[in-house]
Amino acid sequence: MMKRSKAILPALAGVTALLLFVILLENISSMIPGLPLVFQPTSPLFTVLKKAAVYSLVAVSMNLLNGFTGLFSLGQAGFMLLGAYTFAILTVPTAQKDQVYYLFGGCAFDFSLPDFFGSIFGSTGAGGAVSMVLGCLIALVLAGCVAGFFAWLIGIPVLRLKSDYLAIATLGFAEILRAIFQWQKLGPITNGANMIKGFPTFSSFNISDASGNVVLRLSTFVPFLITSICVALIVLLIHSSYGRAFKTIRDDEVAAEAMGISLFKHKMLSFVISSFFAGVGGALFAMYVANAQAKAFTSTMTYEILLIVVIGGIGSVSGSVLATFLYVACCEWWLRFLDSEMYIGSFKVPLLRNGFRMVVFSVVIMVIVLFFSQGIMGNRELSFSRLKRLGKKKDEEAAGDKGAAENKTGEG
Amino acid sequence: MGNDIALHLENVTMQFGGVVSVNNLTLDVPMHKIIALIGPNGAGKTTAFNCVTGVYQPTNGLIEFMGKPMVRAYPTGKYAKTYKGENADKYSGQEILSPTPDKITKLGIARTFQNIRLWKSMTVFENVLTAKHMRAKQNVFSAVFRGNLSEERRMREETMELLKEQGLDNYKDELATSLPYGLQRRLEIARALATDPTLLLLDEPAAGMNPQETFALADFVREIREKYKLTVFLIEHHMDLVMNISDYIYVIDFGSEIAQGVPEEVQRNQKVIEAYLGVAEEEGA
Repeated sequence: MMKRSKAILPALAGVTALLLFVILLENISSMIPGLPLVFQPTSPLFTVLKKAAVYSLVAVSMNLLNGFTGLFSLGQAGFMLLGAYTFAILTVPTAQKDQVYYLFGGCAFDFSLPDFFGSIFGSTGAGGAVSMVLGCLIALVLAGCVAGFFAWLIGIPVLRLKSDYLAIATLGFAEILRAIFQWQKLGPITNGANMIKGFPTFSSFNISDASGNVVLRLSTFVPFLITSICVALIVLLIHSSYGRAFKTIRDDEVAAEAMGISLFKHKMLSFVISSFFAGVGGALFAMYVANAQAKAFTSTMTYEILLIVVIGGIGSVSGSVLATFLYVACCEWWLRFLDSEMYIGSFKVPLLRNGFRMVVFSVVIMVIVLFFSQGIMGNRELSFSRLKRLGKKKDEEAAGDKGAAENKTGEG
Repeated sequence: MGNDIALHLENVTMQFGGVVSVNNLTLDVPMHKIIALIGPNGAGKTTAFNCVTGVYQPTNGLIEFMGKPMVRAYPTGKYAKTYKGENADKYSGQEILSPTPDKITKLGIARTFQNIRLWKSMTVFENVLTAKHMRAKQNVFSAVFRGNLSEERRMREETMELLKEQGLDNYKDELATSLPYGLQRRLEIARALATDPTLLLLDEPAAGMNPQETFALADFVREIREKYKLTVFLIEHHMDLVMNISDYIYVIDFGSEIAQGVPEEVQRNQKVIEAYLGVAEEEGA
């Protein structure tokens, strides 16, 4: 008990520092002119940070289910889709609905949360900002709730299945959802196969002055903040009595049931909570790409997230987060050079051409799965005490070296 | 049938396909006694246990706990036609009761397993602590937002106390599976005790133990019976242990009861010697 309450403070301080650092990073280019291109708002750095923040929430939610409860589910993209659409439908401004849904003669659902709050707080200036933020927050929570509700519905029949069967059933569910959301007959709500756009995105959170110039960028900070809160909630859950019960189900179902842990109840709980956060993640993803389109939420997306979970270590939250940033950075930024032809002097580097990145990526993944099946973290967590221990070890080594060196000089 | 009978099995039959593993088993486990169920390998002892703990739904029969029907079944489905046991119609028409193992544990029946089933990624402390989850007054929200701190503290204190009593407190931060075999057995019993049972089912508690450990186990079982006011129902192969600690013994072979009585009677029973003890004596000679 003592140990844990002591651990909360440094963790909180660390997260706050990280969030402040993100704000600083985002705005440094406007404070100090003439910085390298990397720090400009258009640099891939910020794309990576935003996407990774969104993906890490989904990865952690998947880890809660697959890593901590031992339920091998592949429905994550489906629940993200539900979250994305819920968020989009609830936040597209009423004035824009006709334009977005022009193929279907307007939207059947003539309501927008930011507009609703706008009618209370006023829709310009500070009032407009408050109503936008409030509307988005409530839409995010509702996005999670809708995903969670569908998880509960589908969980009743599906959670009786085990391992591979559960994976197939949830994968199928996600695919069915994707088809349903593209169905023309649902067009007035889901806009059919077309995308829904015009709702607030991350850049809507940038604070600008009266003439439209951005004063303070918050577009990377917002996904970081929301993800931090959600991941913190998941970590609190994992370290609670319920989290321990989830782990017993992963370790030994028969023993868990014999010790009075209701399998169905706890599996359902884990499934619904995981889907809730996947829904929030889906909504964030919609904000990141500035549109909601069923086509984007394929099973490939689920595999991508599963891959991140495996690379990070099944059963490690910090592993998932680290792996997400690594994966997204490699995918979107660091390995991009493989896709374009390159000359060193007059020598044309062989193999480099469009699409080669994915080949290298596949090889890297195979190596990881074959030789580092534990992933980056295994089932351990990154913690301050661990870092301290690592640091101490290095210090000791350094001290030892120094001592040895001193001895030598002494001898000399 | 007052409250002095903790567990009552009546005509319990368990059929798997064409094989009748437990046939028409009727037995009583009185409160605060140590009752043993013995029999040669494959006699159906563990199957009987699994019927009591809800792992299997018996094909036919009634199980009462503390005077209340807990499990009740009659042959249905494919067994309506292929049922080979006795008393096929005795319970038909009554409501089928088939609670899941967690509900049975909640009523106050805890068990250990023949092949130890500890949660292997968890420490000794967490293994016992999580067994207390069932009875904790909390819900998911209070747990996540730490509204259950006093409850959590109580669970941790009780766990620590239990570990101390079982002499496991020195190992509390070890992984459960890193303990030596004898201590793993002890931990499994401690975990079962953490669910606050009134009836403790031990499935071959002395399996894999040497004579000294077995001897210590007998004292241990008696001790926890006194301390936690338990009723103990055990399956065992170790004759020394069974004869030493049991108040009453049921012997089954091929699923059916062949004898019952106090240890001395059972030891002298010709059928039992033929089925079971005779072989053991030959081995001993």
